[in-house]
Order: sequence, then structure tokens, then C-alpha cells
Amino acid sequence: MNAPTQTVNWPDKLFDTLKRAGIAQVGYVPDAGHARLIERCRADPSIRDVVLTTEEEGVALAAGAWLGGQRAVLLMQSSGVGNCINMLSLARTCRFPMLMFITMRGEWEEFNPWQVPMGSIVEPVLKLCEAEVYRAREAGEVEGLAERAVQQAFGDERIVAVLLSQQLIGRKVWTK
Amino acid sequence: MSLDRRAAMAALVVDRGDDLLVVPGLGSTTWDLAAAGDDPRNFYLWGAMGGTAMIGLGLALAQPDKRVAVITGDGDMLMGLGSLATIGVQRPPNLAVIVFDNAVYGETGGQPSHTKNGADLVGMARAAGIPICLDVGDEAALAAFAGRLKTLRETLFARVAISADEPPRVLPEKDGVALKRRFRAALGV
Repeated sequence: MNAPTQTVNWPDKLFDTLKRAGIAQVGYVPDAGHARLIERCRADPSIRDVVLTTEEEGVALAAGAWLGGQRAVLLMQSSGVGNCINMLSLARTCRFPMLMFITMRGEWEEFNPWQVPMGSIVEPVLKLCEAEVYRAREAGEVEGLAERAVQQAFGDERIVAVLLSQQLIGRKVWTK
Repeated sequence: MSLDRRAAMAALVVDRGDDLLVVPGLGSTTWDLAAAGDDPRNFYLWGAMGGTAMIGLGLALAQPDKRVAVITGDGDMLMGLGSLATIGVQRPPNLAVIVFDNAVYGETGGQPSHTKNGADLVGMARAAGIPICLDVGDEAALAAFAGRLKTLRETLFARVAISADEPPRVLPEKDGVALKRRFRAALGV
């Protein structure tokens, strides 16, 4: 369970943004930070929710969606970024829009040190992949950044990542 | 007895019609598809190993009125085995995942693949929940399968046993942006 730390309900705001953007496919590996957004997507009959076994599947899924004229987004946790690196070559070579919302781990009140190595390199690694990277630190900025990211990803056919700070997600309560 | 890969590809895409979209895997199946005849509805891959079936899934979900054929090699499929489970959950009725299995990594010198040592791709696809799983091993089965592909109504997986020879490469366009643009233009999206 996550402790609610913000008054603005950013997952619902993010969902509204995806709806306005006409997102038709949502690829995700289940993630606590994205639980609410995944639930909203699953409940919406006009969005195809695609549960993935690994995040790189989502990069290929989004490429196929765009080939067929649909918009897709990928939801993942910071560790999933590492799983995507080689497949992002597909997006770079062909200029596929690749819009990713990434919940961060390993950076704030993290109880699990195994999350730190990947979490700490998400931003530079994405930039090496020619992604535009935004970071939301407060709930109030999520929607605005998401709107910009949508425009940039689908308008310019680029890789765009919105990092959702761990502060935003809340501390994972760890009970033995 | 295994099938000639170029003849098998030709049999699957002959008289394809406007409603067949084909995504071949990097390497030999891309050369095979180019050899069978260029078409803007081919999205040739020169990379993205392990991702071919998932590109097909995204495309099939986006274009439910078209048939989507992923035609790739055993090496590419083995790298993306998880995608069989993902496709098994989605089951778009217009998607066929076809694996040309020669049990070797042909592009890298013919090293044996896992299927050479017993990995059963048809069994894996079936266990992943894909409704129709076929093992195509001879000319008669190939002809029957090619006919079935024309009236695709359920998610299908097929392993096509091909021989391990390597016909001369036929190289299609490799500019990814150009391939993407002409594919989308052909679909009018």
C-alpha cells in the first residue's frame, strides 16, 4: 500500500490527459505506483490495456500501434527502463512516437537498495536514447507535463518520458 | 523433410490482397519477404530482435479489419517468448504469428538454436493460450495453412519447418522512417 502524500489526484489527471490525447492502447507491467491509472485504463472500454511480461514488449507494441494509426502509451517503473534500451532503437531508427510514464524507485525513502542502481541512471540513460525527459516532483505538475509530453511524442514522433518522482508515489510500506 | 523458405514465404503472401499486413523479423525472413515481392504493407525489420510479434500485436489491435501476419525466425521468437503469453491474453482474431524454424541462427554462422535441442515453439504457443497452434511440416500442410491464413478469424500461431540453407539475400529498403511512412500511407492513417 502507498501512503497518499498529495492532495491532487495525479493518476486521475493523467488518465484524463490520456483520454483527451486519444490514447487507444496502454502497455504496462503491473506496478504499485501506476495501480490507480492501470485500474482506470482497464475499466475503460475504449482503451485496450495490454499487460506485458517485460517492458521492452511495450516499445514494440507502441510501434505497431502507430503503424496501424493508433496512439499508445507505456506505463512502467524505473527498473523497466533498463529492459527497454535496445528496443528503443526501433523508435529511434523509425521515429516512432514513444510516450512513457515512469514511476521512480530508488530515490526517496526507498526501503529496497536493489532499486537504487537502475533508478539512479534512468534519466541519463533515457537521454542517451535521445528521449526528451520531464520530471514531475509534485502532483500539481503532472497534468501539465503530460500534456506537453503528448504533443511532443505524437506531434514530433519522438521518445518522451515523464518521470514521476518517488516522492509523488509515496513511500512503500514494508511489513515483514 | 523440410520446406524451402523462399517458396514457403511466396505461398503465404501470393495474391495477398490489400488486407494483409506483414511484419517479418530481422534477417532472413525480411530477405524472404523482399524476395517474394515488395509491398508498402510490408514493414521490414532490420533490428528489434525479439520484438516482431509485439509489433504485430500493436498493429493487429489498431487495424482490426486487416489481417496481420508476423513471419519471423526461431531466433527472434525465442528472444521474445514472453510476447506469446502477452498475445495469449489479448488474442486479436486478426493476428497470425508464423515462425520459420530452421533450428539455427542463420545470420550469424548457423549456430544451433534452442529448437534444435528440443524447445517446442508450438507447445509454448499453445501453453500461452493462443487458440490455434499449427505445426506445418510439408507441402500439403503449407498449402492448407496458406488457405487458412486467407480467412483468419482467430489468433493463430504456426511453426513452419524450413530447411537451413541460405538463399541469396534480397535486401529491401532499410530507411526505417521511409518504411513507416509508406506503410501508414498505404493504410491511410
